[in-house]
Amino acid sequence: MTAQDTECLELRTPEDIVLARQAVRRKAVALGFGLVDQTKVVTASSELARNTIDYGGGGTVRLEVVRNGAKAGLRLVFEDQGPGIADVEQALGDGFTTGQGMGLGLGGARRLSHEFEIHSVPGAGTRISILRWK
Amino acid sequence: MERIPILRMGSFLLVSIQVDMHDRLALTLQDDLTSQIVKNRARGVLIDISMLEIVDSFIGRMLGSIAGMARLLDAETVVVGMRPSVAITLVELGLSLHGIRTALDVEKGMSLLQAAVIDNGSEVGEDQHDGAGY
Repeated sequence: MTAQDTECLELRTPEDIVLARQAVRRKAVALGFGLVDQTKVVTASSELARNTIDYGGGGTVRLEVVRNGAKAGLRLVFEDQGPGIADVEQALGDGFTTGQGMGLGLGGARRLSHEFEIHSVPGAGTRISILRWK
Repeated sequence: MERIPILRMGSFLLVSIQVDMHDRLALTLQDDLTSQIVKNRARGVLIDISMLEIVDSFIGRMLGSIAGMARLLDAETVVVGMRPSVAITLVELGLSLHGIRTALDVEKGMSLLQAAVIDNGSEVGEDQHDGAGY
């Protein structure tokens, strides 16, 4: 599996969430994703971008086009240097929130993705990677 | 400041969300709508989301809050024009928009509002609510 065509965006303000959504949409369209797949990956990116800002204190998202043989997909890697997540399993459960949200962000983003990885170190930060194949 | 316009038509308020909303804009709309309901003594709110390419948990929560606040202010809310790809994604995200009335288009939404307001009007007398003036 190779990654190419990489783009990195800052996530600091609510406007950055909109810019991230638009960048993800452009990449998904360029890859030939159907409308439902585009909507799923853009929605997942919106949830995770907001988490990065609200809970991680801001960070970045890296957009990568990945290829595995004839398969193409879009991987999004969200990174922050925030407080981290103490209990990842709990955070993935629906309805869990430490903030103002509905607690659907993480679990919802996982359901909208084909692959989902989370690495979080309390006090050091969180990295979440999602991948959606075309 | 950037705002989403709210139109008044008789005792109803109409909103068509035509832009990719950032979170502050969504919150401004929520505040504007609640004050306009009171100011105009509106009985119904119609929100057209046919231009929205995604509805994430934040926008979903905003729609739910608007419907809840409107109900407390004696107004019905109907959300119209959701794209099929958005509906598919919302269910997978885990957001069922409980308590929000929906209709396929503006016309159906208006009939739903009119019917709801007439229903409420007749209930008022029976239930001895504080329904003066209807």
